[in-house]
Amino acid sequence: MTIDASRGAEAPPELVQLLTPEGERVQHPDYDIDLTPEEVRSLYRDLVLVRRVDLEAVALQRQGELGIWASLLGQEAAQIGSGRALTDADMAFPTYREHGVAWCRDVDPVKLLGLFRGVNHGGWDPKEHNFHLYTIVIGSQTLHAVGYAMGIQRDDADAATIVYFGDGATSQGDVNESFIWASVFNAPIVFFCQNNQWAISEPLEKQTRIPLYRRASGFGFPGVRVDGNDVFACLAVTRQALKNAREGQGPMLIEAFTYRMGAHTTTDDPTRYRVASELEAWKLKDPIERVKAYLFKNELADQEFLDAVEAEADQLGADLRRRCLALPDPEPTAIFEHVYAEPHALIDEERAQFAAYLEGFER
Amino acid sequence: MTVMSLSKALNEGMRKAMEDDPKVLIMGEDVGKLGGVFRVTDGLQKDFGEDRVIDTPLAESGIIGTAIGLALRGYRPVCEIQFDGFVFPAADQIITQLAKMPMRSLGAIKLPVVVRIPCGGGIGAVEHHSESPEAYFTHTAGLRVVACSNPADAYSMIQQAIRSDDPVIFFEPKRRYWEKADVDTADTGWWTPMDKGLVVRPGTDLTLLTHGPMVKTCLEAAQAAEEEGRSLEVIDLRSLNPLDQPLVMDSVRKTGRAVVVHEAPVNNGFGAELAARITERCFYHLESPVLRAGGFSTPYPPSKLEEHYLPDLDRVLDAVDRAFAY
Repeated sequence: MTIDASRGAEAPPELVQLLTPEGERVQHPDYDIDLTPEEVRSLYRDLVLVRRVDLEAVALQRQGELGIWASLLGQEAAQIGSGRALTDADMAFPTYREHGVAWCRDVDPVKLLGLFRGVNHGGWDPKEHNFHLYTIVIGSQTLHAVGYAMGIQRDDADAATIVYFGDGATSQGDVNESFIWASVFNAPIVFFCQNNQWAISEPLEKQTRIPLYRRASGFGFPGVRVDGNDVFACLAVTRQALKNAREGQGPMLIEAFTYRMGAHTTTDDPTRYRVASELEAWKLKDPIERVKAYLFKNELADQEFLDAVEAEADQLGADLRRRCLALPDPEPTAIFEHVYAEPHALIDEERAQFAAYLEGFER
Repeated sequence: MTVMSLSKALNEGMRKAMEDDPKVLIMGEDVGKLGGVFRVTDGLQKDFGEDRVIDTPLAESGIIGTAIGLALRGYRPVCEIQFDGFVFPAADQIITQLAKMPMRSLGAIKLPVVVRIPCGGGIGAVEHHSESPEAYFTHTAGLRVVACSNPADAYSMIQQAIRSDDPVIFFEPKRRYWEKADVDTADTGWWTPMDKGLVVRPGTDLTLLTHGPMVKTCLEAAQAAEEEGRSLEVIDLRSLNPLDQPLVMDSVRKTGRAVVVHEAPVNNGFGAELAARITERCFYHLESPVLRAGGFSTPYPPSKLEEHYLPDLDRVLDAVDRAFAY
């Protein structure tokens, strides 16, 4: 049976784009952005540095220093654009692939590695960065984000929430429930879906018959598709959506149309399910190359600037590698820590028994 | 002292908690204007407003998931799951998120969320309205699991659950909602800590270990046994996780016999854990194996059969007789 993936689509999908793959600035009637040369250079630096963090982490996994890694390769613009749209007071809820957003929230990249190296399940204080822990169960965090946004409403605070999820997650019940909750309570939240075309091996057609952003209208709030490889557009659209949310206009769904250029994780082999030409086509839409082209065309940066960013990336990568290897293994009795906030008789008993058992080996 | 039903005691306890702490919220299906299908939240929305007593969409995962988010923002949500059998759509959020997020955060996150679940049978209901799912949750580390059995405990335990910085699964014996007793609302000196059990009837010959709706049944069984010359001690466990082990073990060492009673199926039920722990710790004190009286290894039956499924006074006494036969 063949399925027409465009069935139910009233019109061809529209895509908000402000910077073409060739580095040409284009206009959009609803969204625009005015960036200083310094701001553009700063976005370029972000993109290059997070790609380097990702590359180093993949290498660390290949060398056995990480158990697994979920690469963001190809999704840098979606993450940096949306991440840089946040104010300090806004709260972000990531999946396990939002290394670029973590960068924007000043989470030390080495703290991202704890989960993947197996020294902890999450190594940063969400309140310190207004960046929640990575969530591995697909879509669960969307409900947490809506609840948090309901708290913002009750606090009458000037803030909004953004929650990240992928195209696969849109099939989850929790994501659909979160859409309903957000709509009914008019919660200040931006749903940021990075449609990277693949949920491990399953293409988008296995999740939906209509463009994902159009799902929003059925829930009663606006949805828009943005070029997820265009950092300008991602920044402009997310900034507007967050502003609307803070001002009481309720939720919005942003579908960042992008591509997972790497494997799902380092344990995955995409050659089993997708053709090489697809990747080659998306490489022409690379999120970093188009900003570099824009910088050069408009004489906003010279080779010296690019070299300096590369050097900074090299240093960041080396530093990340060094500090990853220096991450201490947890003590065995750390198993029992933080299971409960308040004293718990059974945990205390088992901790004491296990400590005594371990001591038996040391005598 | 005020005479009130268990349902009213929960209501008064939540009201007090909401007065004491503006961060306490009530959320669930029909908890607002209706006051809940059992009226446990009756009048709270009228007095505290729609922002604090929230009628939610009809989706249990959404209730728990958004409660987690509210807790992350500093609130203390008290969620009502309308009936025991409807908690399973929320099981993922409870097990993978509510129970584990504090450890995931290395202690940076506390989730003071209470999940109230009316539990148990005996009300002639249709399928999914009479279950006892406590063992699913006692098997999940990170949750505290408690069960109240009478109005006074209901009043004190719901307030302690709300004050706890840990997530609490709070079982309410739905067939006892309307039973009345004295509750002292003026003083907290009588409160037993939420993680402690209570000897509700002292005895010397055998210990009945139970919780929730079966406490009353066990007290009646102990009364009947006394008329036959047997002295049964009845322990209301109150807390299933953590278990008040010293209370249980001291009693069994004294009596030498134990019978566990719960409505949930015996097979892999909470009683199995109790039997194992008692055997480990009281082996040389035992005059007989730890026996269990509870539901069969079947789904909960249609209501015309529930009197045969639920352990009653005779089923409890039958287990007691078997224990003394050793």
